[in-house]
Amino acid sequence: MLKRVHFPTSALPYLLVAPQIIITLVFFIWPASQAMYQSFLIEDAFGLGTEFVWFENFQILATDHHYLASFQRTAVFSVLVAALSMGFALILAGFAQRVVRGAMFYRTMLIWPYAVAPVLAGALWVFMFNPTLGIFPYFLEFAGITWNHYLNGTQAMALVILAAAWKQVAYNFLFYLAAMQSIPNSVIEAAAIDGAGPARRFWTIIFPLISPTTFFLLVINMVYAFFETFGIIHAVTQGGPGTSTTILVYKVFNDGFVGLDLGGSAAQSVVLMVLVIAMTVVQFRFVERKVAY
Amino acid sequence: MADIQLKDLVKSYGPTEVLHHIEGDIRDGEFIVIVGPSGCGKSTLLRMVAGLESVTSGEIAIGGRRVNELEPSARDIAMVFQNYALYPHMSVRQNMAYGLKIRKLPKDEINRRVEEAAEILEIKQYLDRKPRQLSGGQRQRVAMGRAIVRDPQVFLFDEPLSNLDAKLRVQMRLEIRKLQQRLGVTSIYVTHDQVEAMTLGDRLMVLNGGYVEQFGTPIELYDRPASVFVAGFIGSPSMNFLPVEISTGHATLPGGGLLPVAAAHSGAATLGLRPEHLKEDENGPLAIEVDMLEQLGASTLIHGRLHGTGHSITASVPGHAHDGIGSIRRFSAAPELTHLFDTVSGKRLAV
Repeated sequence: MLKRVHFPTSALPYLLVAPQIIITLVFFIWPASQAMYQSFLIEDAFGLGTEFVWFENFQILATDHHYLASFQRTAVFSVLVAALSMGFALILAGFAQRVVRGAMFYRTMLIWPYAVAPVLAGALWVFMFNPTLGIFPYFLEFAGITWNHYLNGTQAMALVILAAAWKQVAYNFLFYLAAMQSIPNSVIEAAAIDGAGPARRFWTIIFPLISPTTFFLLVINMVYAFFETFGIIHAVTQGGPGTSTTILVYKVFNDGFVGLDLGGSAAQSVVLMVLVIAMTVVQFRFVERKVAY
Repeated sequence: MADIQLKDLVKSYGPTEVLHHIEGDIRDGEFIVIVGPSGCGKSTLLRMVAGLESVTSGEIAIGGRRVNELEPSARDIAMVFQNYALYPHMSVRQNMAYGLKIRKLPKDEINRRVEEAAEILEIKQYLDRKPRQLSGGQRQRVAMGRAIVRDPQVFLFDEPLSNLDAKLRVQMRLEIRKLQQRLGVTSIYVTHDQVEAMTLGDRLMVLNGGYVEQFGTPIELYDRPASVFVAGFIGSPSMNFLPVEISTGHATLPGGGLLPVAAAHSGAATLGLRPEHLKEDENGPLAIEVDMLEQLGASTLIHGRLHGTGHSITASVPGHAHDGIGSIRRFSAAPELTHLFDTVSGKRLAV
């Protein structure tokens, strides 16, 4: 027999969820809808007149080769940041598992970079790689490499990728470590008895078993590279030299607040919004399916 | 196939010694069960043989070859874990073939061995399933299959049946025994279940607090337990113990009765009596004040106290017994079925 429980109607449940709903509405939904609305407008540079133009801003973007180049740059940037930071984190986590003495200390130290603010992280790397004062250009000189990321676009890109990846290693490390620790020890031991050496155990047992984490981190890192690297780029290169490190999110800022093209900037942020929504959907779909092996 | 020698084996974690000077000779093809309460070091001992724990001092030799420094993979052993430790992302077939692939066996040889093992264990229809799609008993079989395809010199079992329900456990117990006899592989089996130990083992090693209490056949352990611990651990319901005074072939019981015992010893001792060896006897020296009856059908367990004292005592009598709570029943025991132990060391006293 089906038992049904009837609760008396009351305002309490609505009251309890109200704060969350209000916060979501005020800080997320409203700005997002404002951006959406703004993207349909073209405003003159002095802010004196606006015109409702439907999708003209988007049409302009689709044909703007600066924007398309920025898209390509962002793809390269985010793939390299994700690959670099996840690769390093994986290696570090793999070794952290084997550390016997001082494991706590080692792990704590590895998590520290995550606590550094993006702009500060950027400043750190700027000093280290300053062409005249920095320690790294000094060493690179011996290898016959002249380092000047103020002039060389490729070097500037390499630097922001390094800085952004470094910042994210700690986060990835934490997740990888947790994933590895959740693998039962006996599975690893069974593989050892079956004759697999450490490298083979890693690639045939550990790596496949943490693949849900890898996928999760891939999405998180892409989102990070797309959006949260603004501070680092602003501190290190300000999108330059030229536009060689202007990724999408930096271009939104540059076009909107420096170039004062508010409509175009809003249209760009709507595109970014669609991208992040797509990534999140993909993540939820896949992670749910792959997590239960 | 090989024999195994444990010579003066010691294991310490830092300053704490957990296994003390273990000695044992395991013959080729023998089924050895290591049994003891939790925390006695039995799993540690097994893991040392497997190479998953280091040896602090002493020596382990498999087939006459010292293996202390060898990696687990080089010892030619296979192990069945308590939680099965199957590779969750591989099919049953891949699970069983993993070790063979690493040893670079030809593909058709791998297939032949996997199919053969699956045939023996009756898991052929599950070969392409993932472990999560199998029941506990089936996973257990896959874990065994993974061990037997390797055709190792030694099987190691770490409480493999403890995650199964009671009925399946009895069934798998029989199957493990049959399989071991069929393959004739030297095996070491760890358990805390004394019934499992008695039924499976050619010989039992009873561990307690890191010491070997006794190493012998199940019947030796039952008939001539070497210590109070072994006497209490082997046999169900467990043995009764009473403090007695021995003189001229008689034990003076706490209540005052005189029980004839087979001992040349005199002075204080601990008397051990198995419940099933107590015989009802109107003139018997053991007067039991009955507290409770447990009906098992074929027999009845009488729980009570030795009359006039606080010593609890259990007797097992055949058939049914319906009433008599609060009454006094008298029992006697044959002298050759009594056990005497030293009151201090707990060791068996020589007859």
